[in-house]
Amino acid sequence: MAAAPQPMSAMQTVLGIFSLPRNLRVGIGPMIAAGVLFAIVLVTACAYLIVPHDPLAMNALQRLKGPSAEHWIGTDAYGRDLFSRVLVGGQVSLLIGIGAAIISVFIGLLIGLVAGFFRWADAIIMRIMDSLMAIPAILLAIALVALNGPSIWSVIFAITIPEIPRVVRLVRAVVLSAREEPYVEAAIAVGSSMPKILWGHLMPNTLAPLIVQGTYICASAILTEAILSFLGAGVSTEIPTWGNIMAEGRNYFQLMPSLIFWPGLMLSLCILSINLLGDTARDMLDPRLKKREV
Amino acid sequence: MLGYIIRRILAVIPVMTIVAIFVFLLLRLSPGDPAAIIAGDMATPERLERIRESLGLTEPLHIQFVTWVGLLLQGDLGTSLISNTPVTTMIGQRLWPTINIAVLTIILSVLIAVPMGVIAAWRHRTWVDSAVMSFSVLGFSIPVFVIGYIFIKIFSIELRWLPVQGYAPPSQGLWPFLQRAILPCLTLATIYVALIARMTRASMLEVLGEDYVRTARAKGVKEKVVLFRHALRNAAVPIMTIIGTGFALLISGVVVTESVFNIPGIGRLTVDAILARDYPVIQGMILLTSFIYVFVNLIIDLSYTFIDPRIRY
Repeated sequence: MAAAPQPMSAMQTVLGIFSLPRNLRVGIGPMIAAGVLFAIVLVTACAYLIVPHDPLAMNALQRLKGPSAEHWIGTDAYGRDLFSRVLVGGQVSLLIGIGAAIISVFIGLLIGLVAGFFRWADAIIMRIMDSLMAIPAILLAIALVALNGPSIWSVIFAITIPEIPRVVRLVRAVVLSAREEPYVEAAIAVGSSMPKILWGHLMPNTLAPLIVQGTYICASAILTEAILSFLGAGVSTEIPTWGNIMAEGRNYFQLMPSLIFWPGLMLSLCILSINLLGDTARDMLDPRLKKREV
Repeated sequence: MLGYIIRRILAVIPVMTIVAIFVFLLLRLSPGDPAAIIAGDMATPERLERIRESLGLTEPLHIQFVTWVGLLLQGDLGTSLISNTPVTTMIGQRLWPTINIAVLTIILSVLIAVPMGVIAAWRHRTWVDSAVMSFSVLGFSIPVFVIGYIFIKIFSIELRWLPVQGYAPPSQGLWPFLQRAILPCLTLATIYVALIARMTRASMLEVLGEDYVRTARAKGVKEKVVLFRHALRNAAVPIMTIIGTGFALLISGVVVTESVFNIPGIGRLTVDAILARDYPVIQGMILLTSFIYVFVNLIIDLSYTFIDPRIRY
């Protein structure tokens, strides 16, 4: 993206911890995305230090009020401060996104390594994964939450299960091609143990695409959480999440669109940044893709 | 060729069998007593017993499975715990609004997305390209229902061009139907357009570098014909594939959009079933939508040979 050399900024130094080659310069778009995401994460992580009101404190006299000095972006139907709720709500939404990404990448990696390396397991595992992918993710998640209860872990689990097949497919494809490499054949020939070949030789090949896939899963998990809450199949309504705040705002949409607008804006900015960073990471980690401009 | 078609159709059987096993185990393997989960905290023992009986939870697992599959193959998806009507009847009553909205959405999406992607690839690295790509990333980043509410706010509340919510079947006249269907369709189309436009652009970029495109241009073929006849036809297979896999997004989107716009389709049925913990209906919807997804992708797979004569099986 960027052609001219740019002076090292703080953000590039932050990105530098991923030890990327210096010739891969970061354009202005991804820098803004990283800044926005960093700000959102910081603000939500420290939400309880910032918030002017208790996000759960109801006040019958202050129902559905517009912006004021006391309540910066207004109050919801129970008179709770919307600003405080949006900040605190981000905590659970981000936790679900990150949790779902890490867990589905880890489980998908393990299954994908086995499927890619052992021919006997491949056919069975891939049939199961194809079937799992045939079930629409939202409906599967709805059923899982309906059966396991509306806890945070149950929602993470429900979002993770439909994501696993995509990770498995990716890992399997990488392993299938890496398996033919001379160094893997050599490792087999000298009798390296199976876990060592899988984890020590094949797994590192999958890391770059998995980082990219992980960011996309994180973004889609935050979206799915919002949709599940909106449909009434998300985290218990007592816990504020971006999805829950919007779900409660539904009934008052004509009166107070800001109940959907503000959490929606935070959520969309967050997902947009993660997606943009994912695209950037993909271009950086796979120069071949960059050349083809896919 | 015929052999391939038969093999491809037969390949649907193991996939749908595993889906069925999965859906079956979903309820039975969930922690705790499934009947108690479905009935909620306030359930009487009689109601628990009735739920157990209607779901067949009293028999051993393998017998439950055989009975369940037997009924499935006869087209019996069970009975609703709330209304006591067969699930198939309930779905049948609500199917048409959803089909109408979905078909209109697909047509609209393809008509918008494919030209968008083609033009982005044609004007590669210009502002047009950036605009299409930005729209595409944006489309993935905003929840479907937020898009729906933004449309309602702009077109129904502020401009007062269209009704806020509701549905009218096309049999009551095309205009009332379109008036109410256009916002839900645009809402649903946003993410689908983002997906298809992105893929069209990527696929076209690859094709536009080919020798035959240069030859066509060199011999003076009109640019429009080069793009849409020579290049697009060769770029079509990945686009068709993404339309098929994106169908899952459409199904998820339908569930959300129907409740935003209050459309009495199967998406709305699902949401009502979630709120009422009507598990047989949720289960029936999972089976039905999985089947539709597999079927749509089967049709698309088979259509490759018609789009691209180079593909022979």
